[in-house]
Amino acid sequence: MTLHSPAAGRAPLGEQASPAASARRIYGMVLRYWYVIRSSWPRTAELIYWPLVQMLMWGFLQSYLAQAAGFAANAAGLFIGAVLLWDILVRSQLGFAVAFLEEIWSRNLGHLMMSPLRPYELVAALMVVSLLKLLVAMVPVALLAYLFFGFNVLSLGFAFAAFFANLIIMSWALGMVATGVVLRWGLGAESFAWLIVFVFLPLCCVYYPVSTLPAWLQPVALALPPTYVFEGLRAIVLDGAFVGHLMLEALALNAVYLAAGWALFAYFLQRARVHGSLVQMGE
Amino acid sequence: MFGEGWTARAERLALGAFLAQIEPASRSGPPDRVGGLLHTTTGMQKTTSQSNGALPPPAAVRELRKLYRDIAAVDGITFSLERGTVTALLGGNGAGKTTTISMLMGLVVPTSGEVRVFGADMARERHKVLHRMNFESPYVDVPMRLTVRQNLEIFGRLYGVRRLKARIAEIAADFRLTDLLDRPYGKLSAGQKTRVSIAKALINEPELLLLDEPTASLDPDTADWARTKLEGYCRDQRATVVLASHNMAEVERMADRVIMLEKGRIVADETPADLIKRFGRANLEEVFLAIARRGADGAAGAAGTA
Repeated sequence: MTLHSPAAGRAPLGEQASPAASARRIYGMVLRYWYVIRSSWPRTAELIYWPLVQMLMWGFLQSYLAQAAGFAANAAGLFIGAVLLWDILVRSQLGFAVAFLEEIWSRNLGHLMMSPLRPYELVAALMVVSLLKLLVAMVPVALLAYLFFGFNVLSLGFAFAAFFANLIIMSWALGMVATGVVLRWGLGAESFAWLIVFVFLPLCCVYYPVSTLPAWLQPVALALPPTYVFEGLRAIVLDGAFVGHLMLEALALNAVYLAAGWALFAYFLQRARVHGSLVQMGE
Repeated sequence: MFGEGWTARAERLALGAFLAQIEPASRSGPPDRVGGLLHTTTGMQKTTSQSNGALPPPAAVRELRKLYRDIAAVDGITFSLERGTVTALLGGNGAGKTTTISMLMGLVVPTSGEVRVFGADMARERHKVLHRMNFESPYVDVPMRLTVRQNLEIFGRLYGVRRLKARIAEIAADFRLTDLLDRPYGKLSAGQKTRVSIAKALINEPELLLLDEPTASLDPDTADWARTKLEGYCRDQRATVVLASHNMAEVERMADRVIMLEKGRIVADETPADLIKRFGRANLEEVFLAIARRGADGAAGAAGTA
């Protein structure tokens, strides 16, 4: 054994700092969360449960209204589309935050934080995992929405891709804030990670137009990227028009939210190091 | 060779220069339990020379202080570790051991002072050296739902271990884990979990190993087995170890040096044998009790009259 040389089986520093090594660490973390998902069918079922319940409830409500009111008949898919898009935001944010909470529940955070895993690599892994969980949750639900109510989310075409991207980015920004808060204040703040997204349910005008809100609240709604997505959905369903500038505005706002989310995550992580909370977390 | 970066080659060049200058005796065999240790006092560094200065010590802290509000968890400690030695951090509950180890790992930011690991400032450059370290503690678990193999795979990837499958097979055989590789970690016994934790801590062949009560809650036979394994690793790899333990027999057996903490300050820093001799006690446990019961100031006086 040589002194101060890299151990035989370990990549030296130059390789450890390379983008390829970074990608390997991210992949390692994604594997870690994937193994957890795979190890427990109740967890997988839980991913699908709420989106399915929501979709069925709003689908049947819309079916009922379609028989009774002309507006709803003309607005086929409005509620179903809104609930599917809303669940993309919720499931992605929860997928991000809950994956992080797994580390605290399993008392593994100390191991990760002293490993060569860098904070941005952890965040990148959580982003990938949120997408994976979203696919597990939403693909079956979208299929059932088509089978039960004839709503095909893919019929939205490019608009769906734009909606999806904007909602995912916002969910990641919220996920970073939520995990940052848990990093700083521990499991006492766990409910924040679960509930933060629901503040946006009334404000993002998921089921009604922005004009429904009181005038003083409308600027708040317009400062939130998902509002533009749901306005865009209504434009397609009701008017048959894809309004591109809405998506661009949402994208610009999302860039700000993503940067702010990362800044807050990094700040809270640093504060956690100062307060010593990284070594005190557990179930 | 071609696969390695310039950093690794520079490290080897430095290594060659280092090897040419040190005495042969210090290059082979277990480290001298007495010679070469770096003595320390609270707040005042009086380190002896660290070889020729060409290579930084595995870990060095200077005037390290950590305040939680107005309470000093660690209060101005200074010490430096020599390669290939086992240093025990001792002290009662709240003495500052865990905080010190946490600062060595970069999990806690010091209020003031400096922590350097292999020369890297842990406040700013920790990612340069984290792949050369590892950590084991019964109080920090690996994911329960994952199998032993999955856990070792993930940590192997995080630490950039090459030929990972072979390494897992090797370390599993070494730690009698081969039959447990596909069992969830959460379903193992305490002794089996400890073996997995130690295997995880050694997966990257760390040069600096931080052990926080590595044999806590183990039966004597398993604890002895674990100590033997750790001793073997340190001897073979010339790894540097920081050991926090409440088991004084373990410390006497494993440690080359003892740093005793009391209220965040260093109150003793020498070899276990010297400490026992200076206090006129039969073993380290009695020394620990004497220091803990007299307090930091009393301990200094006791040491002078022992």
